[in-house]
Amino acid sequence: MTPNLQTARQTETVFRTENLNIYYGNFLAVKDVSIKIPKHCITAFIGPSGCGKSTVLRCFNRLNDLIKSFHIDGKIYYHDQDLYSSEIDPVEVRRQVGMVFQKPNPFPKSIYDNIAFGPRLLGYKGDMDVLVERSLKQAALWDEVKDKLKESGTAISGGQQQRLCIARAVAVQPDVILMDEPCSALDPISTLKIEDLLQELKEQYTIIIVTHNMQQASRASDFTAFFNVQANDKGQRTGYVVEYDRTEVIFQNPMQEATREYVSGRFG
Amino acid sequence: MTSQEFASNVLPRRSLKRVPSSPRTLFSAVMTVVAFACAAIALIPLISVLYYVIINGAGRLGPDLFTQLPPPPLVKGGGFGNAILGTLLTVGMAAAISIPFGVLAAIFLSEFARDTVVADWIDFFTNVLSGVPSIVVGVFAYALVVVTTGTFSAFAGGVALAVLMLPTIVRTAAESLESVPNETRQAAIGLGATRFQTTIQVVLPAAIPAIVTGVMLAISRAAGETAPLIFTALFSQYWAKGVWEPIASLSVLVFNFATVPYKNQQQLAWAGALVLVGMVLITSILSRWATQRKR
Ligand SMILES: Nc1ncnc2c1ncn2[C@@H]1O[C@H](COP(=O)(O)OP(=O)(O)OP(=O)(O)O)[C@@H](O)[C@H]1O
Ligand SMILES: [Mg+2]
Repeated sequence: MTPNLQTARQTETVFRTENLNIYYGNFLAVKDVSIKIPKHCITAFIGPSGCGKSTVLRCFNRLNDLIKSFHIDGKIYYHDQDLYSSEIDPVEVRRQVGMVFQKPNPFPKSIYDNIAFGPRLLGYKGDMDVLVERSLKQAALWDEVKDKLKESGTAISGGQQQRLCIARAVAVQPDVILMDEPCSALDPISTLKIEDLLQELKEQYTIIIVTHNMQQASRASDFTAFFNVQANDKGQRTGYVVEYDRTEVIFQNPMQEATREYVSGRFG
Repeated sequence: MTSQEFASNVLPRRSLKRVPSSPRTLFSAVMTVVAFACAAIALIPLISVLYYVIINGAGRLGPDLFTQLPPPPLVKGGGFGNAILGTLLTVGMAAAISIPFGVLAAIFLSEFARDTVVADWIDFFTNVLSGVPSIVVGVFAYALVVVTTGTFSAFAGGVALAVLMLPTIVRTAAESLESVPNETRQAAIGLGATRFQTTIQVVLPAAIPAIVTGVMLAISRAAGETAPLIFTALFSQYWAKGVWEPIASLSVLVFNFATVPYKNQQQLAWAGALVLVGMVLITSILSRWATQRKR
């Protein structure tokens, strides 16, 4: 699980942000983020509530476009393409950068149709049954639902719903999967299942995960970005990246005192 | 002071036993009775309407009602098959016009123009429209269709009823679309669905049961409307030959026959009312059944 420093350095960069500032209207929510997200790694975002982890995450698949007041300055590159250039079609971005939300949000459709939704959008011509089975297996859900694929995706437990959402995200074979606190509504066993799953998924996908669970970040991730929030003289609370490094460094030997306090739970 | 001291000092531990004479229990009991009584009173009009209609109309029920034409004065027997057909036809046309317009307008309001000035204005006009008396809508359809085509017609009746149904459909459909959680939309958009795909493939199907209920409500209201039909569909003693001719309807038949002094026709009016109530009841039950099976 510990990445060899050498290989980690060599891997390709999937996302690169340069002096990224994110605004909601006049409110500067996050400032000056310059980070690189490496390919086939799990990158964790940690930090106190309201420091802008979700905000940054949702920039990567342009989901923030749905919010009218949202705008950025600075740059986000996705494999060297300027993600916010006017030539980019956000719909295409979202097909390659999937998302799993904090609250499980299966469609009110059958389990099968939940998985098939994305591939159908993309005009998938292959055998849908095979794809559904493979996606559910990848999400470690197949055995639990294989006999009720026709039942509603909303009629299973919360942990199963979340794995269904993961299966739905992997069904379109994205390049990156963004996860915003995917385990916050789950019991410890489902949480561990999803963490195991992450290790398997990273063979194929690049994963960015927001989590409030320090153990999860230290157990499951290769890189960790610690965000914090700072109030300016007008009382606006702006988030920023305190430190971004390999997970062992963040948890064992961070450069910043604030990071050390946060990861050891003495923050505040 | 520890929290334990706090609890025992300030709030003495209370008995958990039920005290039937305590003001809280008494108040609760009284309010339960009052609420029950109010519910019963609210049911009285419904039950008495049903009672009268059944008592007076059931005697004439029979196959003749559905197959025969309305009799001239002083002739025995007869039925109102043409009026049933006419009601189905005008209401059907009204539904065919108002459902697509209404649902599309609701989709626009809830999915594409939410919180915009345009949406506010459409919302406002829908509200105004729902307050317009049905007789005024009848006059409007008269001017729009009857005067321009030069004839009373089933189509004119359909237009009038469509205008009446429209606000209900827009309102209920927009509400049901808005009640679909935003998380569901985000899930679809996050998978790379366009706004349009999200609406058609995810949001609309999730809202369909509630929309169907609203549509059925609008249809049952429209089926009983009389005033707008008097100006538009008029009435006819004969079987309908097309939509560009005056056509009979149950509501106008009841209105016509209830006010004449002939016994047979009065009986037919009651039977007509009973059939109308029955049709409304059946639509409601069907829509309930259809939407419940979906869940
Ligand atoms: N849609 C929005 N409109 C305006 N401000 C927003 C919006 N969403 C978030 N914010 C603000 O941006 C800041 C960062 O919010 P964000 O949701 O990214 O925090 P977070 O780090 O994900 O917190 P949490 O851990 O509680 O989820 C907060 O101050 C929040 O109030
Ligand atoms: Mg968040």
